[in-house]
Amino acid sequence: MMRVELTVNGERRADDVEARLLLVHYLREVCGLRAANVGCDTTSCGACTVLLNGESVKSCTVLAAQASGQDVVTAEGLAPAGELHPVQQAFRAEHGLQCGFCTPGMVMAAVSLLRENPRPTEQQVREGLEGNLCRCTGYHNIVRAVLAAAEVTA
Amino acid sequence: MIPAPFDYIAADSAAHAIELLAQHGDDAKVLAGGHSLLPMMKLRLAAPAVLIDIARAPGLSGIRVDGDELVIGATTRHADLASSELVRAEVPLLAHAASLVGDPQIRHRGTIGGSLAHADPAADLPMALVALGGSVEVSGPGGTRRVAADDFFAGFFETTLADGELLTAVRVPRRPGVGWGYEKFVRRANDWAIVGVAAIGGRIALANMASVPMRARAAEQALASGATSAEAAALAPEGTSPGEDIHADRAFREHLARVLTRRVLEQIS
Repeated sequence: MMRVELTVNGERRADDVEARLLLVHYLREVCGLRAANVGCDTTSCGACTVLLNGESVKSCTVLAAQASGQDVVTAEGLAPAGELHPVQQAFRAEHGLQCGFCTPGMVMAAVSLLRENPRPTEQQVREGLEGNLCRCTGYHNIVRAVLAAAEVTA
Repeated sequence: MIPAPFDYIAADSAAHAIELLAQHGDDAKVLAGGHSLLPMMKLRLAAPAVLIDIARAPGLSGIRVDGDELVIGATTRHADLASSELVRAEVPLLAHAASLVGDPQIRHRGTIGGSLAHADPAADLPMALVALGGSVEVSGPGGTRRVAADDFFAGFFETTLADGELLTAVRVPRRPGVGWGYEKFVRRANDWAIVGVAAIGGRIALANMASVPMRARAAEQALASGATSAEAAALAPEGTSPGEDIHADRAFREHLARVLTRRVLEQIS
């Protein structure tokens, strides 16, 4: 066991974990935050995307130990309780989700994308979300949602 | 999928990492971004007893000019390379190659040193380093040495790094304003190249046409002798030994090497 100390959704935490514990399992099982989903478990689908120091990462391919000392944000931490982040708001308004499994990862990838490129073109949104798969194939509305969110946040 | 158990040690410096490597020998693997190693550990294709994390060791990341070269720290991430104004101005081929690795999340974690040391023949950065005629700096118990890209890749996922050595930095010649070309044929957006081609200044490198990223020397020589892009590109598969898999047989990969090399050379001319 080893000790990790990090900030999750603004809360400072210290936990004793196995060195091999993946960040996604730390978030889901130790912190009780279930937004990040385990989809493919092979760094492909992006359902487990969270922000590490403000940047999107696939938490199935990061050790909790690697996040020690750093800042993690999950979809639960994007906005105060009962409120929605502009990207979440836009996904709702533009019907950017169907079954919803990919949504937390899509939203976090979109938040990271808009931080790096506040006014992306449609093509840049499509390329910026290439690490996230939607098996409902709802990509058109997801792209619309990200473009709509950019109008609000840029 | 959960990796087999291991001990995790965060190295404080390159020297500390080298000391730990000497102490743990073959039981240890170096971890940086972990985007090649952790998937292999989750699949139990690798099960090191000790992971030595160098990602936050000071002095191993960053990009600086040293005479005619850019020096890039081993733990510099793909996202940092792709967005660096310095790299985009001085070695745009490298910034472009870094921007094509995996997807944004992968580029936020993966490092240039990790990608080179992993030595996947289908990967972007090994091919880019060969095309650029760059080199790597490695340090070990015996001191520091520099290895040219042409001598670094030894085989399928194999390099000439010796036991106990750590790749600490990458050197690439500054090539501002020099024409270059880059093509990568993939099945899916964030996939590895079925075949890749990169060229600059008379050097042409191929990805996934052998067990290592390699030069298309026959095509290079033809170009140097005044051949047209199309004539040189026709020679691109000479001396290659591409593997065969569900995505492409040998003949298709050779065809891709010709077509992509022609496109790359046309981008330059």
